[in-house]
Amino acid sequence: MSSAEQELQQPAAPSGRMIAVLSGIAMLSGFLVVLTAQLTAPIIEENQRRAIEQAILQIIPGTAYHKEYLVHEGNLAPAVKGEPGRTIYAGYDQQGELLGIAAKAGAQGYADMIHLLYGYDPGCACIRGFKVLKMAETPGLGDKIITDPNFQANFPLEAKLDSQGLALLNPIVTVKQGTKKNAWEVDAISGATISSKAVGKALNDSAQTLLPELHPLIDQLKEGSQ
Amino acid sequence: MSRKRDNTITWETFSEGLWQNNPVFVMLLGMCPVLAVTNSAINALAMGLATTFVLLASGTLVSLLSAQIPKQVRIATYIVIIATFVTIVDYVIQAISLDLYNAMGAFIQLIVANCIILGRAEAYASRNRPLKAIINALGMGAGFTIALLCLGVVREILGAGSLFGFDLFGPSFQPWVVMVLPAGGFLVLGAWLLLFDWLKQRQPEGEKVNAA
Repeated sequence: MSSAEQELQQPAAPSGRMIAVLSGIAMLSGFLVVLTAQLTAPIIEENQRRAIEQAILQIIPGTAYHKEYLVHEGNLAPAVKGEPGRTIYAGYDQQGELLGIAAKAGAQGYADMIHLLYGYDPGCACIRGFKVLKMAETPGLGDKIITDPNFQANFPLEAKLDSQGLALLNPIVTVKQGTKKNAWEVDAISGATISSKAVGKALNDSAQTLLPELHPLIDQLKEGSQ
Repeated sequence: MSRKRDNTITWETFSEGLWQNNPVFVMLLGMCPVLAVTNSAINALAMGLATTFVLLASGTLVSLLSAQIPKQVRIATYIVIIATFVTIVDYVIQAISLDLYNAMGAFIQLIVANCIILGRAEAYASRNRPLKAIINALGMGAGFTIALLCLGVVREILGAGSLFGFDLFGPSFQPWVVMVLPAGGFLVLGAWLLLFDWLKQRQPEGEKVNAA
């Protein structure tokens, strides 16, 4: 018996049955996915919180605890999901003294966006350091922005505001390796120039807009520890 | 269907995926994750286990439901089943470790498009009893995981000088960076295929000697 004949002999399934099977499978699938999503949601949230916490500890050394705020049109508000504004994390020590502020920044790197969290210290008006949250830079080359000790030695990086407090006095720029002369310049890594420039650009873009808005709110943040 | 069901389970049911029909080294299926996520041993292991889980779960369900699924909608049904388990794996890996999740990136979701899984559902699970399908899926998953580890271990040792994150050679080692880049994936895969082909060609000669 040829396969063509077999096909003919096999009665076509009625479309009702096909619909029933497909909807049954879709319902089972939906149930399983929602079940997993609900079971894992608190664990994933906890993981993300811990990742942020570790990053903050690294870029604002000495942080005992942190608080999440939203900065929106010159106002400070406690972070609530869905509210507009930029998220900042204020890090405090045991006594409740404000140590620094962490904020997210991002710029296009070599392979994909580089997302990072940087720590701003209002005491010295400088950026203490940064931590990469997500990137896809070339292993062994672009990922030196995390590991290279000379690159990390760029920090603390000056981020002073101008006299009107509207922008940075000196924009943060990435310069060719070995030519850094000023405290606001980022010394690039040779072989990873694009990634180094992306870090400089991310910090500059974020600091230029966030710091002028943040500056009048520092006192509020200092009191916010209670 | 005229094909007679053979329900006997032998060692072959399991070992088929390890050696004769190894999904990577023999069938050359699922090359995308093989080349993309094997830049370290831990990524390779995680990808292998994730794929094994999807293979196992979808194979079981397909085998259980195969009698109920009309032929005309079988591929659509299989894809929905596979996509469900991939989504579950995606959530579970996020819950286990965010670092691992970021390292594997889009390749977890892309397990849906891995042809090993759909291929096994269509060619094996839908034609065999659940227990047999489970054992075969385990074998295929193990074969895939071992193949990924073969690549991941070599690439991590040469390209980063470490194994499962532990430094092997100390600070004086100059890593061979190309090995952790995509090009290294092709080089190492080529070398393994060469080795396996050479072993296969030698085998019949050895059997002849034994028979004589």
